[in-house]
Amino acid sequence: MVSARKQFDVLIVGGGPAGIAAAVSAAQSGKRVGIVDDNPALGGQIWRGETAQSNSEAAAWLAKLHAWDVEVCAGTRVFDQPVSGVLRAESGDGTYQIEYGKLILATGARERFLPFPGWTLQNVMGAGALQALVKSGLPVSGKRVAIAGTGPLLLAVAAYLKNDGAKVVAIYEQVSRTALAKFALKVAAQRGKLAQALWLRKELRDIPLITNAWPVAARGNGVVESVVLCRGGKHEEIACDYLACGFHLVPNTELAVLLGCRLQNGYVQVDDFQQTSQPNVFCAGEPTGIGGVELSLIEGQIAGLVAIGKEGEAQSLFSARRKMRSFAEALDRTFALRPELKSLASTGTIVCRCEDVKYGQMTQHRSWRAAKLHTRCGMGPCQGRVCGPATQFLLGWTPESVRPPIFPVALENLISETHEEKEHTFVM
Amino acid sequence: MSEQIAVSVNGTRVTVAAGSSVAVAMMIAGASCRTSVSGEPRGPLCGIGICYECRAEVDGVAHRRSCQVACTTGMDIRTDG
Repeated sequence: MVSARKQFDVLIVGGGPAGIAAAVSAAQSGKRVGIVDDNPALGGQIWRGETAQSNSEAAAWLAKLHAWDVEVCAGTRVFDQPVSGVLRAESGDGTYQIEYGKLILATGARERFLPFPGWTLQNVMGAGALQALVKSGLPVSGKRVAIAGTGPLLLAVAAYLKNDGAKVVAIYEQVSRTALAKFALKVAAQRGKLAQALWLRKELRDIPLITNAWPVAARGNGVVESVVLCRGGKHEEIACDYLACGFHLVPNTELAVLLGCRLQNGYVQVDDFQQTSQPNVFCAGEPTGIGGVELSLIEGQIAGLVAIGKEGEAQSLFSARRKMRSFAEALDRTFALRPELKSLASTGTIVCRCEDVKYGQMTQHRSWRAAKLHTRCGMGPCQGRVCGPATQFLLGWTPESVRPPIFPVALENLISETHEEKEHTFVM
Repeated sequence: MSEQIAVSVNGTRVTVAAGSSVAVAMMIAGASCRTSVSGEPRGPLCGIGICYECRAEVDGVAHRRSCQVACTTGMDIRTDG
């Protein structure tokens, strides 16, 4: 195990579109620029596994990045800021102490999961999750996949899985067809998105898109065999090998909160220059509002330019960002969760999967903190990243402060300064 | 990902496409990744290294997030499921 020091003028956490764009913009200055990313390769979730053939936009940005001298630390995650201007990160072979002048947080988003009976069965997973697994080699040819939840990701995943040979039985979207049609008009008005929307429509022409419908239970013996859906007030059961189910996205704000950045409506608050409430800390992409790849690219470029003192150049991107932000607002509005979803979990439904805490145990408490203290909910290795957003919706609880390490870290890495041989123990 | 490589899941040989993640090897082997504290078999949930449901022992190192680790030839994967 190694314990190494690194130093960057501009450090970016997160190597998705926002992080890549930030790095490309900042690197023009000749300053030392680095990217730290948890995933094995750059691209974030949206560009995971993309090649020049499959996604020319991703390939073009990655080529721009590689043209500059940007140091990429893949498979590395930040878990603490011991003092201002210094982050600690863990990789497969040890820890890094990383000093930065300016920091750009581009930590992306994750799927929101809602508990319902049977959601802990194997092969019930996020929609983006199934896509990520297929990109990581999972064969789905001939498999029956039911897709449910909410958000445009469901459609993109359906098209992807179909092209990989899966039999997508249907897409169940909780919003109404009217709301979806309004959103489609908004998309059509946006340059760049129209072509994508038309492509999706063509790809999905054989797959039923059922609106006003949502999953109420997954059934099976250890592994999912069918899903029960509420559709027009009636229940119907559909056989499936996979239930890909996600309820839009939630931002990854844990690192921002650890650094003391202020949040607003659950997103990291930034000014026109993508500056957070903390000096020298910027934020770009999904943590400032779920807006998709185009908005992330623009915000990343602005943050990268401002980090190297080119505010004037950054301002030329403001009008493009404004247009994209109206799309982000439409996303939030369209895919807001309907109140019926609050009654999906029954008293015996597990909400916290790390500690197997059931809904009925949680509702005996008044706050996230009280429930945590009494039931251990949110205290397992995911640190509430799954059950936190769920209870926020179900019970209106707001998760409280974030404490280091913000990810489970091997004990030997947590205390790596001592260089002692330690048992590989799990610390939360 | 046409080239195939062999790994071991709980002592059984499994063939996966080169570049596949450890989580995928476990799913192909039909093994659950872990057993939850109340005894439920679990598989991957988020697929992106957030949820820790897919954690398993890889080459003697416990609690690896198997969706974020790529298979290498001869890798020894052990689940408690």
